[in-house]
Amino acid sequence: MFSEKVVLDYSTPKTLCIKLNGDWLITENLPEAGEILAQLNDHKEISQLTCDLSKMGEWNSVLIAFLLHLAKGCKRRNIQFSHQGSAQGINKLLNLALKIDDRVALVKVERIPFLEKVADGVLHCVESMRSLFSFLGEVALAFYHLITGKVYFRRDDFFGIVQRCGADALMLISLISVLTGVILAFIGAMQLKLFGAQIYIADIVGIGMVRVMGAMMTGILMAGRTGASFAAELGLMQTNEEIDALKTLGISPVEFLVTPRILALVIMIPLLTLYADTMGILGGFAISTGLLGLNPVEYWHHTQSAVKLSNLWIGLVHSFVFGLIIAIAGCYRGIKCARSASAVGEATTSAVVTAITSIVVATAVITFVCQILGV
Amino acid sequence: MDSALKPIIEVQDLDLSYDDYVVMHGINFSVNKGDILVVMGASGCGKSTLLKSFIGLKEPAKGKISYDGVSFWDSDEATQQSMMRRFGVLYQGGALWSSFTLGENVALPLQLYSKLSAEQIEEVVELKLALVGLSGYADSYPAQISGGMRKRAGLARAIALDPDIIFFDEPSAGLDPVNSRMLDDLILQLRDDLGATIVIVTHELASIFAVGNSSVFLDTESKSMISVGNPKDLLANSKDSRVIKFLTRGERQGAT
Repeated sequence: MFSEKVVLDYSTPKTLCIKLNGDWLITENLPEAGEILAQLNDHKEISQLTCDLSKMGEWNSVLIAFLLHLAKGCKRRNIQFSHQGSAQGINKLLNLALKIDDRVALVKVERIPFLEKVADGVLHCVESMRSLFSFLGEVALAFYHLITGKVYFRRDDFFGIVQRCGADALMLISLISVLTGVILAFIGAMQLKLFGAQIYIADIVGIGMVRVMGAMMTGILMAGRTGASFAAELGLMQTNEEIDALKTLGISPVEFLVTPRILALVIMIPLLTLYADTMGILGGFAISTGLLGLNPVEYWHHTQSAVKLSNLWIGLVHSFVFGLIIAIAGCYRGIKCARSASAVGEATTSAVVTAITSIVVATAVITFVCQILGV
Repeated sequence: MDSALKPIIEVQDLDLSYDDYVVMHGINFSVNKGDILVVMGASGCGKSTLLKSFIGLKEPAKGKISYDGVSFWDSDEATQQSMMRRFGVLYQGGALWSSFTLGENVALPLQLYSKLSAEQIEEVVELKLALVGLSGYADSYPAQISGGMRKRAGLARAIALDPDIIFFDEPSAGLDPVNSRMLDDLILQLRDDLGATIVIVTHELASIFAVGNSSVFLDTESKSMISVGNPKDLLANSKDSRVIKFLTRGERQGAT
């Protein structure tokens, strides 16, 4: 059962002598201390365990870990543990490890009852909501100050953010929007072909993209791209005490950092949505006329007559709401970020998850309201 | 009373806590104008929390922090803001705004709170950067310079408005001995040349003895202030084993 590294000697009454042989290095195949301790369960008479290390060769920390495991096991069983023939280094390391163990033992581990955990969870939820509403209040106040011209932020910073969440996102938006238009066209073609009404693909692509899909795809892309970047940027500023430095200078971080970000995104997302709508319609147009054999002029006229101005307005309302959601989620998670690298990661993840979930919920609400209003 | 010896900062019965967790309680001390006060103690004893309360980032659970006799946390927001304009703060890592150049970092407080023209601000920025040995770095970004230089740039920003009180959070942390010494010399120079009162939170013994003429010792176990006085006097005369142990890196255990 044990390798030649360990020899158990029960010859002395009430004493187990463990003789360790050979090298005890991390790279060796070594026996486990748990197996030896399991043997003690069958030998209840043992009151002393001694390790003889005199025949041992080279060793490193794996030996200390083995001895530590034995020492702790003996302590639990009220067995006296000792070792002999060991180098001074082994004694020192083992004593140090045992001392730390004693100190840890002083820390009382409290078991929290289930109901208390639930209550803590509820209180945490209430506290989170309070914190969110307080942040929204600060944002509202900052925008009031913006209107009255009392907000200070740098124009260069604002235009930098506009560029990052506008022009820099065009390639990605182009690709995804064209493909969304293509997918809508293919899905429409499959069904409409059965009725010989393929020309209505133009209606499906046009209305679908302009009314909701353009805004939604842009929103989801911007949540992953810009929302995450806002959270990471502000989170890192929090970690580096840059936000504290603003506060002590009497500058409101919400006015200085959050206002330009919300403003930039709320301006740029509707513009990106209009661009996405156009690219999606072009994608559908290319597939319908190129692959499905529809007449380009007829397709174009159908699109023009199907897409009403009200569809465009609804799409823009969607995009405005999405812009607000993404910017607020990103900035809120960033500003409230704790001061560690992992917290920045968590803030970024939760900014994206919050934004995408809220986008879907907001889409459902807007669609429902439009249905009631009959638009 | 000699105005030079008038307390500029007074701390009375101060308790600091995070929700129910008490960090420190019953802190009382005062700092005279022109003093260099060192807040010392082991890691985790609440030094940085105390500093946060000084600079308006953490409201104490109880007690008063007064500047020139005016209680900071009992004042309205406008008074607090005007008091905070008298502070300069050097954070542990410099806390420079990473999207700004060093020049822009130093210029921002001047743009906000001075009536200087753009050209005058540029001159002041150049002067402050020169004072900390960073002349010619105005157009560099924080990411382009070393950690020691970032701290010095942070100091240039902290002294941009010629503050009455300058707070330092662990100024020597992460610095090599030469840079650490250079920062200590700068601290002394700021006190002597600008007449600033300085509060330093640190546990670096070399800095404590080099610059401090007054100190408070915060103890982790008792969660209170256990000693106050000149650090050199404390080393020579203190009877408290915890203070002696700290000031001698554990080499001497002290009398009690």
